[in-house]
Amino acid sequence: MKRATQGIETNQVGRSVPRLESWLKVTGRAEYVHNLRLPGMLYGKIYRSSVAHGRIKRIDTDAARAMPGVHSVVTGAEVKTVVPDPYYGPAFHDQPVLALDKVRYVGEPVAVVLASDPHVAEEAVHLISAEYEELPAVYDEVEAVTSKAIVHEALKPAGTFPDLKHLKGVKNTNVALDFRLRRGDAAKAMAKAERVFEHRFRTQQVMHTPLEPLVSVAESTEDTLTIHTASQSPSFVRIEIARLLGWAENRVRVRVPFLGGGFGAKLYIKLEALVAVLSLLAKRPVKISLSMEEQFFTITKHASTFRIKSGVSGGRLVARECAVWWNGGAYADIGPRVTQKSGFTAPGPYDVQDVSIDSYALYTNLPPAGALRGFGIPQLVWAYESHTDMIARELGVDPVAFRRRNLLREGRPQATGTVMRDAAIEKVLERTASLIEWEKPLERGSGPVRRGRGIALGFKACIANTTSLAAVSVNADGSCTVYVSTVDMGQGSDTAMAQIAAEVLALPTEAVTVVHSDTDVTPFDMATLGSRSLFHTGNAVKLAAEDARDQLAGLRKELGLPADCAVADVFRKKYGMRAGSVLGVGNFIPPYTPPDENGQTDNATPFWMVGACGVELEVDTETGHVRVLRLVNVADVGTPINPRIVETQLSGASIMQLGFTLFEKMQFDAEGQLRNASLAEYKIPGLLDVPAEIVNEAVVAEQRTGPFGAKGVGETATFAVSPAIANAVHDAVGVRLTSLPLSAEAVFEALQRK
Amino acid sequence: MRRTVQFTLNGERVEAQVAPHETLVEVLREAFGLYGARESCGQGLCGCCTVLVNGTAVSGCLYLGTLAEGARIETVEGGETLDAVQEAFIERAAFQCGFCTPGFVLMTRQLLAENADPSEDEIRHYLSGNLCRCAAYPEIIEAVKLAARKKASR
Repeated sequence: MKRATQGIETNQVGRSVPRLESWLKVTGRAEYVHNLRLPGMLYGKIYRSSVAHGRIKRIDTDAARAMPGVHSVVTGAEVKTVVPDPYYGPAFHDQPVLALDKVRYVGEPVAVVLASDPHVAEEAVHLISAEYEELPAVYDEVEAVTSKAIVHEALKPAGTFPDLKHLKGVKNTNVALDFRLRRGDAAKAMAKAERVFEHRFRTQQVMHTPLEPLVSVAESTEDTLTIHTASQSPSFVRIEIARLLGWAENRVRVRVPFLGGGFGAKLYIKLEALVAVLSLLAKRPVKISLSMEEQFFTITKHASTFRIKSGVSGGRLVARECAVWWNGGAYADIGPRVTQKSGFTAPGPYDVQDVSIDSYALYTNLPPAGALRGFGIPQLVWAYESHTDMIARELGVDPVAFRRRNLLREGRPQATGTVMRDAAIEKVLERTASLIEWEKPLERGSGPVRRGRGIALGFKACIANTTSLAAVSVNADGSCTVYVSTVDMGQGSDTAMAQIAAEVLALPTEAVTVVHSDTDVTPFDMATLGSRSLFHTGNAVKLAAEDARDQLAGLRKELGLPADCAVADVFRKKYGMRAGSVLGVGNFIPPYTPPDENGQTDNATPFWMVGACGVELEVDTETGHVRVLRLVNVADVGTPINPRIVETQLSGASIMQLGFTLFEKMQFDAEGQLRNASLAEYKIPGLLDVPAEIVNEAVVAEQRTGPFGAKGVGETATFAVSPAIANAVHDAVGVRLTSLPLSAEAVFEALQRK
Repeated sequence: MRRTVQFTLNGERVEAQVAPHETLVEVLREAFGLYGARESCGQGLCGCCTVLVNGTAVSGCLYLGTLAEGARIETVEGGETLDAVQEAFIERAAFQCGFCTPGFVLMTRQLLAENADPSEDEIRHYLSGNLCRCAAYPEIIEAVKLAARKKASR
């Protein structure tokens, strides 16, 4: 397929190249940290807190230490001998490597047993006991605002990221971040509105469940440390480990091969500080592989409550007030960024003059919550798109027509004041309506099974302010090597980066190899998250490849060679033999303006992602069971680099969100004990849950600042699935659910109440 | 404690010293350096640890290594070249992170050995014990159909 983009005749970009690592993955040879074994390696198994909130009175490790085969048992006290202030985290330095003084959720790591045989280590964990002075606990995000149970006595902002610089330390409160946006005067406009609608929505706590559970290995010498880790953010891990140890960054090496899934679970820092400390204590390599069960005690997706209020006059949204409470669990992780970044899009893709947003990150005594494929956006879209449908239906207006009327169009300012550019909101809505055949009559059924149709539309700002660097080497034979710290966790970044370099250098993609993250080798990259890599690292790779290309052109000129002289001949002429290489570098950081105290900025994001969903489903009124028949995903992804991979990202994201919508839920009892921490009791989508028909479409669009017109896609199809389904359930049987998941029980109970 | 267990592994006669508690996944990893069958859920529910024992898929994370005595064991690493199933998975982009892929490949081989031309419904049911968190399911269904066609034309 040949296309012209940005005036360049392209061959490699826009081609559905099969993933470069295809052979490795279908033969079971792909490298994962899961597979890694080092000589002399010890396995660590974790002893975890059995109470939700308590002061540690005593940890008894004697029996475990005495067990034959046990190398050592490590608690927070030993950790402090290596790291005097062992608290980490991207937004707050609030999470101890192992619990110190207090435990703050059931499942928090308290001690680790090391042994050469992982079975011995696991057995010995059962011989550890701990005594706690139990403290009052808080689990609900709204209660946490006023609760007397205080999870952290003092807050310690990390000051790591420019967009979170304003985080302040607050004493005796569970509010980790209080983000505020004011545009116009929402209260005044609300008072003048013809109609006012107010609703409250809730989402549940869920988990990423990557099938390769979190795993990290550390090996150390006297003054160096190498960490092999299933991480989406090797550069961050290096910086954070260096900070904790007080070492120079170049003494810490972080390597990441392929990930067996990430989805945000493997971000920032998870097991890395723990294995680093254990390796330094034991003076041997240490590996910790979490079980599927343990993942549920490590990182989750925020439960949330969203109160949304809209004023409508003449069919136009004239005012919107949003209050969102994010249940961050016991440690902030990246919750404050979720609170802020997602917070400012809470009014939705609508043109509303007067807006107010309050978005609160709360500490509770539950497992920590972080980013999960959408950074909070799916929770918000769930609320504002259910709300939008409810308003339209109350007003007796067609829900698509109501959205059309109020749409945030190109060139109009969003709630932050940032003007919308390259955001195909209108096109995405229209294509979704068309593909789900919105205007056509629907056979609704008359028996116990009823059909309905629903639509929803969401958008997201990409994280800012973030940097990516890349290096591109052209070797003496003309082949090419790309060095980036982007992690391929299944999204196909290796292939996309190779396509971009190949395009610039006029090579076949297959002639390009991508070196996996190794902080000793590959340059800094903020992290692989938030659909940022294709745009940021992709731009850096493009710049680096252009630099290499220009250097080669310079060499040809210097050597008096024609412009089309083959690369191998250029090097041979230069060095008299097959030798040498050129190294191009690229450094990409898009412009950004931090928000003022009212959340206003003229540049909130490097690009916007837009995703809509159309659903046709049936509801069995006798059982409450919801069956999705058709799922339509439409997205603005700019101009796809690899259309096939883009399609699989849209499809996969929507099915993942289908699980979060219909059945996934972490269930806690009154003491904060998780009752379903395994795939036996926590169901994720399988083949039988996949709708009979899924349609995915990337609208014709261009992100002018993106590499070859492209932008991120990993999260986009998660945005609108949940409200589209709830809207379709309402369309089918006339009941409105405001809490996720839309389980058969919940639908059935709502039908009974009707 | 350990005893010698002899079996055929991907067509080769082999033996290993196996402890009574060791699972087949552990034996394949520790004794033979094979990582294609991998433990994920640890409960036999996700299919990542799938191994064929005498042509029948088992959950290698639950199957004791000593039970391999005398058996014909096949893993995803077997075979000199890619077979129709592996080719079809590549051509239909039927994986993302690749962690579950070996399990799907082996389960598909078993399906096609039993049923050369499965319907979509049969594919969904037969492979419903294999989970893919990246949810490459629509592509997997297409890959199985393509693999069936490839096998039929060979």
